[in-house]
Amino acid sequence: MVQHDEAAYWKATLALIRNVLIVWFVVSYGFGILLAPMLNNIQLGGYPLGFWFANQGSMYIFVILIFVYAKLMGNIDQKFNVHEE
Amino acid sequence: MTLQATTYLIVGLSFALYIGIAIWARAGSTKEFYVAGGSVHPVLNGMATGADWMSAASFISMAGLISNMGYGGSLFLMGWTGGYVLLAMLLAPYLRKFGKFTVPQFFGTRYYSKAASGTAVACLLMASTTYIIGQMTGVGVAFSRFLGVSSSTGIYIGMAIVFMYAVFGGMKGITYTQVAQYCVLILAYTVPAIFISLHLTGNPIPQLGLGSDLVNSNVALLHKLDLIVQDLGFGKYTTSVPGSTLNMFVYTVSLMIGTAGLPHVIVRFFTVPKVKDARSSAGWALVFIAILYTTAPAVAAMAKMNLLKTVNPTIMAENSDLFAPDAQLVHADRPAWMSRWEVTGLLKFEDKNGDGRIQYYNDKSKNEAFQAKAAAAGWKGSELTVNADIIVLANPEIALLPNWVIALVAAGGLAAALSTAAGLLLAISSAISHDLLKEMFMPDLSEKAELLAGKIAMAFAIVVAGYLGLNPPGFAAGTVALAFGLAASSIFPALMMGIFSKTMNKQGAIAGMLAGIGVTMFYVFAHKGIFFVKGTEFLGVIGGANSFFGITPEAFGAIGACFNFAVAFAVKNMTPAVPQDIANMVEQVRIPRGAKAVDGAH
Repeated sequence: MVQHDEAAYWKATLALIRNVLIVWFVVSYGFGILLAPMLNNIQLGGYPLGFWFANQGSMYIFVILIFVYAKLMGNIDQKFNVHEE
Repeated sequence: MTLQATTYLIVGLSFALYIGIAIWARAGSTKEFYVAGGSVHPVLNGMATGADWMSAASFISMAGLISNMGYGGSLFLMGWTGGYVLLAMLLAPYLRKFGKFTVPQFFGTRYYSKAASGTAVACLLMASTTYIIGQMTGVGVAFSRFLGVSSSTGIYIGMAIVFMYAVFGGMKGITYTQVAQYCVLILAYTVPAIFISLHLTGNPIPQLGLGSDLVNSNVALLHKLDLIVQDLGFGKYTTSVPGSTLNMFVYTVSLMIGTAGLPHVIVRFFTVPKVKDARSSAGWALVFIAILYTTAPAVAAMAKMNLLKTVNPTIMAENSDLFAPDAQLVHADRPAWMSRWEVTGLLKFEDKNGDGRIQYYNDKSKNEAFQAKAAAAGWKGSELTVNADIIVLANPEIALLPNWVIALVAAGGLAAALSTAAGLLLAISSAISHDLLKEMFMPDLSEKAELLAGKIAMAFAIVVAGYLGLNPPGFAAGTVALAFGLAASSIFPALMMGIFSKTMNKQGAIAGMLAGIGVTMFYVFAHKGIFFVKGTEFLGVIGGANSFFGITPEAFGAIGACFNFAVAFAVKNMTPAVPQDIANMVEQVRIPRGAKAVDGAH
């Protein structure tokens, strides 16, 4: 692999990590803690929404995030031809 | 069959299973001993990580903590799961590509110095040892409570069992035993929760039951719970935060990065075949962990509801008057499970106003109107003390579930405690036999001799852990938080910089680790005494309790990590640049291709 591709691969990787971290931060620290009092005015079934994010929602989203990351990272590996044989 | 006999039967069967697996999965080489041969399927590895991760504290204490803290308890839920997102993206795939046995080995190579790996060994041993003390006390408590033996005998039994499968099987034995332990503990946790959810809300899935209406009414469970706890003078269940929002925020950060920095969790990602598998395996680990962690808040709220309903039988009725003279449960009429737990001392009743009824409320409430009503009703303080651990342990009894479910909870609690203890012991013994002995002092050690050294180190670690469990330094509760603080402030930042900064040199990394762990220990010791010795607190030096923006010592690991990063970059700029071959190596680590089987022997 030439030098140029390596840099591009790492740039794509960091961009993906940044995007996942943004979602990670928003659902836990954002919706679960900082904005929770405001979101609690909205009801999700029997849950106040902020409480739901802190108690349940953020964890579901964490799980989804990891698999989405693993999938997209696999795509990046393929695109830059650095995947394992 | 009596409850005791059923418990012995189910616990005995589960132990026979673990030992059978250990014999089947004996480790014959160092590679099998340290990383289970490097060929564990990602889903199985995820399950083993789940068991490794979920300790006696997660299984027994967490739901009780959430039950007491309400919304604020979510910091444990988010903190102990969110770290896996960081692990999956920032650490696991790169460490797997790096292809070594242990975390200090990564430090030794990446930071091209024995001093760096030595510092990592020291941090790792401090974090793992403090963590294991809590686990061993947990093992003792679990055995004594479930099998009716003394706590010391419980610890001896626990040591013997762990010895059998950890020493002979190494990582390979531990991995497959943990898969079995995961199945036992998750079954034990969810079965009572399903029954209770069905009973209270008619919905068999606890995660949905928590957000449902109560049976035969249009009132949501959480809404009703909020009303009742407020009527009893407590803060609203769905909003109460212990300490400040800032502290909750920082505490959550500490738990997340501590999770991602704990060596016994990280090494699990060395056991899968490929870099790709390391990424998805973290996802599977979180799936299996989340099954318990999303059930826990339902268990917490429903148990609280059940407890309050037991003590105040009229609360479910419309316009019930909690302060009416006959509204509370008469102590003599209490259900059988209450008297059983009174014997253990985990549930205490003290009839302060001598009326023979149980008043359970927040006698420290700052609400004057509430205090006036309580005084008018002749209440002289809350009369019931409930230990947080009861919530999970007594749940099946409160819900009147059959004996086999109660016995299953016993087996689950023991599985949780034993699996975590085994994982930690392996991290400790590999740090001693591999990182200290082989890498630093005796590089000529043959594989056979190293394997033997690993087993001796494991046996030695079990004895030390058992001793500390028998003679806990009087701070068992504080240890878990400290272990996270230590891992968060030392190991996590250094790993991150090793992968994401090509220019970080050895001086920076070592100085950062020492600064991070130093400042964290300083703050913790100021609150709890030097090495937790009572009377040696030095709060005066740092300007009083929680003087750093009101941040509690348990939450301080995140601040320690910031110090680590800052000091590391400052020192890096003042010292020689990183050698070119190391910079090239970091570039190679970032690319999945060419990951070979884990080869600790170089």
